[in-house]
Amino acid sequence: MMKIGKVIVFLMLGIALFSGCVGDEEKPGLTIAGSTTVQPIVTRAAEVYAQSNPDMRMGVQGGGSGTGIRMVGEGSIDIGASSRELSEDELLKNPDLLVHPIAIDCITIVVHPSNSIEDLSIQNIRDIFAGKITNFREVGGPDRKIVLVIREDGSGTRSTFEEMVMKDTEISNAALQKPASGAIRFTVSGNENTIGYLGIGYLDETVKAISVNEVSPSEENVREGHYLLSRNLYLITKGEPMGEAKKFIDFILSEDGQKIVRAEGFIGVRKNA
Amino acid sequence: MIQANTSDKIAKAWLWLSAVFIIIALLSVLGYVFIRGADSLSLSFFLDMPKNNWREGGILPAIIGSLIVVSIALLFATPTGVGAAIYLTEFTREGRLTRLIRIAADSLNAVPSIVFGLFGLALFVFYLKDFTGGPSLLSAGLTLGFMILPTVIRTSEVAMRTIPFSEKMESYGLGASKLQTIRNIVLPGSLPGIITGLILGMGRAIGETAPIIFMVALNPVIPKSIFGSGNTLTTQLYYLAMEGISMDVAFGTALTLIVIILILNYSTRALNKYFSRNLRR
Amino acid sequence: MHKTIDLENIIKNILLLFSITAILILSLIVIFLFNEGLPTFQHVGVLDFLMGDKWIPAENLYGAFPFIISTLLVTLGALLIAVPLGISCAIFLAEIAPGWARELVRPAIELLAGIPSIIYGVFALVVIVDLIKISFNLATGETIIAGSIILAVMILPIVISISQDSIDAVPRTYREGSYAMGATDWQTISRVVVPAARRGIIAGVILGCGRAIGETMAVVLVIGNVEKLPLSLLDSGEALTSAILLEMGEAVIGSLHYNALFCLGIIPFIIVLFLSIISSRLVSKRVSRFG
Repeated sequence: MMKIGKVIVFLMLGIALFSGCVGDEEKPGLTIAGSTTVQPIVTRAAEVYAQSNPDMRMGVQGGGSGTGIRMVGEGSIDIGASSRELSEDELLKNPDLLVHPIAIDCITIVVHPSNSIEDLSIQNIRDIFAGKITNFREVGGPDRKIVLVIREDGSGTRSTFEEMVMKDTEISNAALQKPASGAIRFTVSGNENTIGYLGIGYLDETVKAISVNEVSPSEENVREGHYLLSRNLYLITKGEPMGEAKKFIDFILSEDGQKIVRAEGFIGVRKNA
Repeated sequence: MIQANTSDKIAKAWLWLSAVFIIIALLSVLGYVFIRGADSLSLSFFLDMPKNNWREGGILPAIIGSLIVVSIALLFATPTGVGAAIYLTEFTREGRLTRLIRIAADSLNAVPSIVFGLFGLALFVFYLKDFTGGPSLLSAGLTLGFMILPTVIRTSEVAMRTIPFSEKMESYGLGASKLQTIRNIVLPGSLPGIITGLILGMGRAIGETAPIIFMVALNPVIPKSIFGSGNTLTTQLYYLAMEGISMDVAFGTALTLIVIILILNYSTRALNKYFSRNLRR
Repeated sequence: MHKTIDLENIIKNILLLFSITAILILSLIVIFLFNEGLPTFQHVGVLDFLMGDKWIPAENLYGAFPFIISTLLVTLGALLIAVPLGISCAIFLAEIAPGWARELVRPAIELLAGIPSIIYGVFALVVIVDLIKISFNLATGETIIAGSIILAVMILPIVISISQDSIDAVPRTYREGSYAMGATDWQTISRVVVPAARRGIIAGVILGCGRAIGETMAVVLVIGNVEKLPLSLLDSGEALTSAILLEMGEAVIGSLHYNALFCLGIIPFIIVLFLSIISSRLVSKRVSRFG
């Protein structure tokens, strides 16, 4: 019966070696990494792209905007995905990085569906997230102690939120930090005391988006520029995109690609998409 | 006396309760995962690719990823661990070196999983980037291999020490060399224990998340090479649970993991029974 | 004969190399941890790091105190639950369990030990968090106590196994002597057996403690991850391990943030190492005591 043991070991060896042998260094491939907000768009686009380009090996990872920008700057990936603009430092480090806007994302403020609040002014939102307002009844809502749900430090969504809403005010340190927007939605949908922010792509019927300064986050309002909290989503290349990278970016900017953008819940950069 | 008897009864009731609590805890966790995950499980769940961002389809890439990573871990830990055990039992006596090795192995066993993650990140993903492909299945496998090494060493050593000295003496008495004795007496005799250890290591490796979370990705593609990244059942479960995209798929993944662990657990037991029945000792 | 001995020597040396791999790996871990972590102190004082209560990487503030306290609290909570339960269960298994009960509980414990930590985490997230919220009427159930509860379940197997081994090792004569003097079962257990086994039991508790300190996945999903200093078990917190997990994805390599995260990793590493060594010494002393 030692044979069984040897067989198992050889099987394992086989699997590992075989997978190593099915070498891929000759096959063309694209690696894309970065913002987890952009990830669903890129993932879905990569799926579709791979169907018409079956020889392509598409690799899509998350890791956050910061990671994506850094990796494309270093050349360890082909395309970086970011939900924010490049910082001065990042531009200094890699002045040849080019940003290509591929979608519009807007940040919505969400509460539990049972929360009666419909609208909040930017100032109120700022005070709530700063911890100055601690109960929903202070802004005309139900008598519930406010639980803040935010992204972790370093998230592109968080820095966009901080830029657009908080400005120089610090977010309360009693806020629950989540590593992904989906987790914010999950938490807010499960607890009636919560308030958080989500990219519009994550919005669904499990949470309620409120209007900001009386403007609701509808597609029209965002495109017309009425809704305050919106931002561009970018694919980033080191220098001009070439070869496969260019083809992929062109694909996302095409009508089919922008359809995917919309399907993922974002707003396209093309007018009729 | 009456007081002593009453307190005796109360104490016993409490002891029974504590055991009942353990059973309840186990049933709650397993039961919950089973109930929420059972609907998702089907042959297509295991063999299909995920579609529509995991909202539909299966989890094949994660299963393959886990398999590859665990295989690599075993490929590293088996020769190293068994070899170390052979050395400790057959080639040296207890001394400073062996004690150091043991302390190192025990300490390695206790290292927090996230520290392994940091270590793996610094060593395999950055420092040895050119050899491992950076954040790859290879890096993940090696990190896990390091992690399960102490388990393999310890179980192999224990298995080898149970070989009666008399049997080894018989072998030497017949003129066999040390190597021959090891190959013909020690290894075969301790194989059941070694395999148990390997299965234990497998179980541990397949269930770990933190050590490899910085090196694997949510790739919905079958990994074609160990130098590329992929994902595993555990990391996929983490992302799915966090995002709340599809709790059905999440629990399906969790149940798959549990089923694998149960199979491994059962095989250890079955192997032990089989070998203790069939071997004379 | 000469040839065989040479081969034997070669093999012996190869195997020696394999054996010291464990030492090598441990050393590498120490080297890398410290190499990537210590540069933190070029910019942040050691005291500021350990006692500072603000962790804001964007402003280069790295005070780990809230994380340390969170880890302490969640571990304490876990021990408060797991130690009494674990020792009781160990006593149960060693002293009063009938065969069928033993056959049921032992495998159950092994199974509990084998469940992946992420599954515990997901379970805790969907079940325990809401339970805590409702039971204690809190604004959110993502609290330290939720972490403690799931950690307790996770470390019970360790505490039980080692305690049970230790109790089993107490010689029969101890018990017989006690019974001979007319003691009840419980009196024997509580006054003779357990005290005799205390070294091993403590070792088990210490190892369980180490496991709780080092656990990541189960805790990060339910502890809330707030940067504010927690003051009670009912507060939300952020454990050392959780902070590392959450922020490593965004930290730029080689940056101060990156170094600081490695530095955070050094803390549980050293503590757990220390606990592990104490635990082994306790066990080896115990073995020699009973001869």
